[in-house]
Amino acid sequence: MTDTLLRAMHVTRRFGAFTAVDDVSMQLQPGEVAGLLGANGAGKTTLIRMLLGLIAVTSGRVDLLGAPPDRERRRRLGYVPQGLGLYGDLTVRENLSFSARAYGTAAAALPPGLREHADVLVRELPLGAQRQVAFLAALAHSPGVIVLDEPTSGVDALARAALWDTIRAQAERGAGVLVTTHYMQEAQQCDRLLLMSDGRLVAEGSEADIIGSTTAVAVRTGDWARAFAVLAAAGVPVMLAGRAIRVANADPAGLAEVLKGAGIEASLQPVPATISERMLMLSRQGKAS
Amino acid sequence: MTYAVRSATVRFGPAVALDDVTVEVPGGSVVAVVGGDGAGKSTLLRALAGEVSLDAGTVQAPPRERLGYLPASSGSWAALTVTQNIDFVAGIYGLAGDELAARRAELLDRAGLTPAAGRLAAQLSGGMRRKLGFVMAIVHRPDLLILDEPTTGIDPVSRIDLWRLVSEAAASGAAVLMSTTYLDEAERAGHLVVLDRGRVLVQGPYDRVRADFAGDITQASQPVRAEWAWRRGRVRHEYWPGGAPSAPPDLPPGTTAVEPDLEDIVIALSLARRNTVPS
Repeated sequence: MTDTLLRAMHVTRRFGAFTAVDDVSMQLQPGEVAGLLGANGAGKTTLIRMLLGLIAVTSGRVDLLGAPPDRERRRRLGYVPQGLGLYGDLTVRENLSFSARAYGTAAAALPPGLREHADVLVRELPLGAQRQVAFLAALAHSPGVIVLDEPTSGVDALARAALWDTIRAQAERGAGVLVTTHYMQEAQQCDRLLLMSDGRLVAEGSEADIIGSTTAVAVRTGDWARAFAVLAAAGVPVMLAGRAIRVANADPAGLAEVLKGAGIEASLQPVPATISERMLMLSRQGKAS
Repeated sequence: MTYAVRSATVRFGPAVALDDVTVEVPGGSVVAVVGGDGAGKSTLLRALAGEVSLDAGTVQAPPRERLGYLPASSGSWAALTVTQNIDFVAGIYGLAGDELAARRAELLDRAGLTPAAGRLAAQLSGGMRRKLGFVMAIVHRPDLLILDEPTTGIDPVSRIDLWRLVSEAAASGAAVLMSTTYLDEAERAGHLVVLDRGRVLVQGPYDRVRADFAGDITQASQPVRAEWAWRRGRVRHEYWPGGAPSAPPDLPPGTTAVEPDLEDIVIALSLARRNTVPS
C-alpha cells in the first residue's frame, strides 16, 4: 500500500511515427507541489493528458490514486486548464454551481474579494478574478490530485501571491499538486521540479538539480552594443541583461578571443545559468541531434 | 534621441487607465513595463504609439513611419504566409525589390523563421507567430519600437529568442518600449517600470530599484501581520516599511531577514499602496 497519488511507469505515447512522450517515469506525493517544465513540444501536455486518463498510453502504465484512471478516480481530480474552462456568459455564482453539480458537491463559498462579483458575468471580470473563480470551481470537491496549467500567467504580483496561497493551502491539507509552467518565478515556488525535453524526462529535483552543469558568462564592457553585435555575429546565444551581456553555456576563453579580435575590452565572469538557459541548451542539443 | 510620455493621464469613461505617468525611452535601450492585467501597460504603449489620446500630459514620439508597433493581438494576418505578411508591411513603408529581399532574408534568419517562410501564419506556433509579429514591426528599421507583451504565453525557449531579437534592435540604436507580465524579463531590461492600477509603483534600472527599496523583508512560517505578508514557496515573506523589529518578542523565533528580489519588491510596494489610507 502506498500513498502515491499519481504514478507514471515507463510511459510512452506515440502519434503515428512521432513519439510525444518517451519512457517517462514520475510520481506525485500527498502534500507536495511539483512543477513540470519544458519548451513547447517537449511532451508536457501529452503526459498530463495521460495522467488524467484523457488519452491512452502506447506503452507503460499510469496509476491515479492507486489504479489506472477511471471515472470514479477522475472525480477526485481538480484541473484548471490554461483557458480556465469557465463559461464567460454565465455569472460567477452560475459557473460555481454548474461545476459543483458536475462533481456532485456543494458550490464553494465566495471569498470576500469575490462576493461583490457574484452576479457578474465571468467574461467581464479582470483576469486575476477569473483565475480565482476557476480555482474555486476546480477545488470545491476537495480533490486529492490537482493539475494546474500556467496557474498565474497574466496576473499582477499580488494576485499571483494570493493564488499561490490557495495552491499551498491545498497541499497543506494533503492534496498533491502538479503545476505546468513557463514562468520561472512560478517554478521557484514548487517543492520539486521535473524538466521534459523532446518527450523525455531529462532532470528532476531542485532548481540547482535542473540547471545541472549548465553555466553562463556575464560580459561587461563599455561598448555593449558593439560587443553584442560581434558576439551575435559569431553565433553564440547572446542576451542582454541590463547593461551587461549574458551568454549561456559558453567558454569564457573563447568569448574573450572573439571580443579581443574585434578590439573590444571586456570583463568576463562565469555565473550560474537560469532554468530558461538550461532549457535553451537542451532544445539546441535536440535540434542538433 | 529620447522618446517619452510625460505626466500622462488617460481616462476611459469613469475609469482612470493611466494616472500621471512619466516614462522616458532613450535610443539604444530597452525599457520594460511590467504589471498585471488591468495595470495600464497597453494604454501606456498605445499612448506612445499615438493610438490613444491623452486627457492630460504630453507624448514625444517619432513620425509614424519611424515607429514600429507590435500590438498585444497577433499582429499578423492568419491567411497570409510568413513571406506575404512581411512583404505586405514592408510595402507600406516603400521597401521593395532587392532591398526588401535582402532585409526579409536577414530578419527571417535572425528570427529562426527561414524554414517557415512559406507557411501560413495560422499554422505557426504561438512563439513563431510572435517572432513574425516582431519581424513585421521592425522591417523598416524604426527609431522607436513598441512591443505589447511580445513574450506572454510562449515557451521559455521562444522567449529567449525574442529577447535576443529585442536586444539586437536596441544594440543597433532603436529605443525599445516593451510590456511583459514576467518580472524576470523586466529585471533584464536596462530600465524597468512597474505599473499598478494605472500608476507607476517604481521605476529605474533594476540595481537602483533594489538599492532604493526602503524597509525590511523577513521570512517565517507564520507572519506577525497577515496584511503585510505573502507566500513564497513553503514560507511567508513579510514587509516592514519602517524596518523590522530586531528581536523576540516582536518577532517569532525562526524569523530571518531575506534579500528581496523583484517579486518581493513589487509585492511589498503594492501592499504598501493598498494598506496605506489614500490621502
